[in-house]
Amino acid sequence: MLLEARGLAVTLGGTKVLTGVDFTIQEGEIVTVLGPNGSGKSTLMRALLGMIAAEGRVTRKPGLRVGYVPQKLALDASLPMTVRRFLSLPVRVADTEAQAALTRVGMEGMGARPLSGLSGGQLQRVMLARALLGDPQLLVLDEPTSGLDQPGEAAFYRLIAEVRAQTGTAVLMVSHDLHVVMAASDRVICLNHHICCEGTPRVVSAAPEYRALFGLGTQGALALYQHRHDHSHDHPGHDHHGHDHGDHGHGGHDHPVEAPGQARGGAELGATGHSDAAKGARDAS
Amino acid sequence: MLPDFLIRAGLAGLGLTLATGPLGSFVLWRRMAYFGDATAHASILGVALALAFGLPVGLGTLTVAVAMALTVATLSARGWAVDTTLGVLAHGALAVGLVAISFVKGVNVSLESYLFGDILAVTWGDVAAVWAGSVAVLALLVWRWQGLLTSTLDPDLARASGIDPDRERLWLTLALAVVIAVAIKLVGALLIAAMLVIPAASARALSRGPEQMAALASALGALAVVAGLALSLSQDTPAGPSIAALAAATFALAALFRHKG
Repeated sequence: MLLEARGLAVTLGGTKVLTGVDFTIQEGEIVTVLGPNGSGKSTLMRALLGMIAAEGRVTRKPGLRVGYVPQKLALDASLPMTVRRFLSLPVRVADTEAQAALTRVGMEGMGARPLSGLSGGQLQRVMLARALLGDPQLLVLDEPTSGLDQPGEAAFYRLIAEVRAQTGTAVLMVSHDLHVVMAASDRVICLNHHICCEGTPRVVSAAPEYRALFGLGTQGALALYQHRHDHSHDHPGHDHHGHDHGDHGHGGHDHPVEAPGQARGGAELGATGHSDAAKGARDAS
Repeated sequence: MLPDFLIRAGLAGLGLTLATGPLGSFVLWRRMAYFGDATAHASILGVALALAFGLPVGLGTLTVAVAMALTVATLSARGWAVDTTLGVLAHGALAVGLVAISFVKGVNVSLESYLFGDILAVTWGDVAAVWAGSVAVLALLVWRWQGLLTSTLDPDLARASGIDPDRERLWLTLALAVVIAVAIKLVGALLIAAMLVIPAASARALSRGPEQMAALASALGALAVVAGLALSLSQDTPAGPSIAALAAATFALAALFRHKG
């Protein structure tokens, strides 16, 4: 056990944002907290990391090393900052370590670039490299792909799965993004001020609480999926999809890259990938 | 051979730029320019209080600058709009200070010397005070550098690494109060912010990293001090404003340089 919370409750500005949350994450596990906007996802993560005051009991493994990747960086234009310098905050690291970290996230040789000149996807990779430099046992990512397009998002989550496979770090992610959750997580927690349901992606996708939380989107997406499946010749490679997925996300979920023409954005359309993945998992089993 | 008063003025000015380079960089990065300006204005009240109670002027300005900075920081943390708080407190304190000074009897106070400074009139004791204050602030910034920089970049990133950004901000606030207290005699309450902001803004255009910007800001500040004193001596212009004006000129040059490069 890396991190455990019992009866966690947070009140912000007189409003109860979280009540009665029990949470545990094990070593090497990828857990995604999923919920609509304003459901308390980020608050849960901040409470677990001790960034804000919370009631209840939070237990950390002694000496737990946490790597944190924020949703975005509020970089002020007046502050000159290269990639290399950023990697040395707050702990200075040697050049060899910094190079290795950049290589791991596919940003080798980018150390001299100013942070302000990076694209959203590059900045996320650099922030991930910085978080990995502390050799974390637990990597925490707050909606890490909110600024990325769909192929960029898929690539980023593949990278997360790779990092977990190489380093054995546990990963706690926050997302409002349905299809990503299905592809890249061992366990999903649906949150709406309290925990609505939790379990493996397959179990959660079938849970009535999950459907209630995300409304008709799932139904609509299933209809869309079946319609699309009638025309599967439009999507070469699709049939192989389920095999990757059986290996709880290790192999990544590159469907969105293979089918760039598929619908983007919006809860309903975003759910396409997820129900697809769930179907894939059913097919594989 | 340079006259003694000029050597004292030069040493005091160069001592000040040791601290104003890195501190002024933080003032820019954290958008505290108005905050620094307001704290400096309020320090005039400290001058009045010190004269009224027969205390050293430096002690009065330091006390009021710290009190002002902490009050603004506390109120803004509680959700008061920062510019409202600053506007009321800074100009309120400045006005009260100006009124209070007129009540101080038996002291022939040249108000102008506190508003615009009188670097050509500093004593060796003043020079020592400036160096002591500047070196202390520089040492503080070097000691807290990594934490300060992380908190400035992203408070949550700092918190996740076990750094308390509120505590780091308190250190900066304290450093600002010390610099204002020692600088008021040199460049005056109205132009301290110029010494903090302008060299750092010039350095930004020419820097790729935070440490480079801080060091370059100190160097450009020192250049403005030397050139400003030379201008003052040769053209008989007021010294403090001459230094600030030449700092502004380096900014214009740096901006041109940036567009070329």
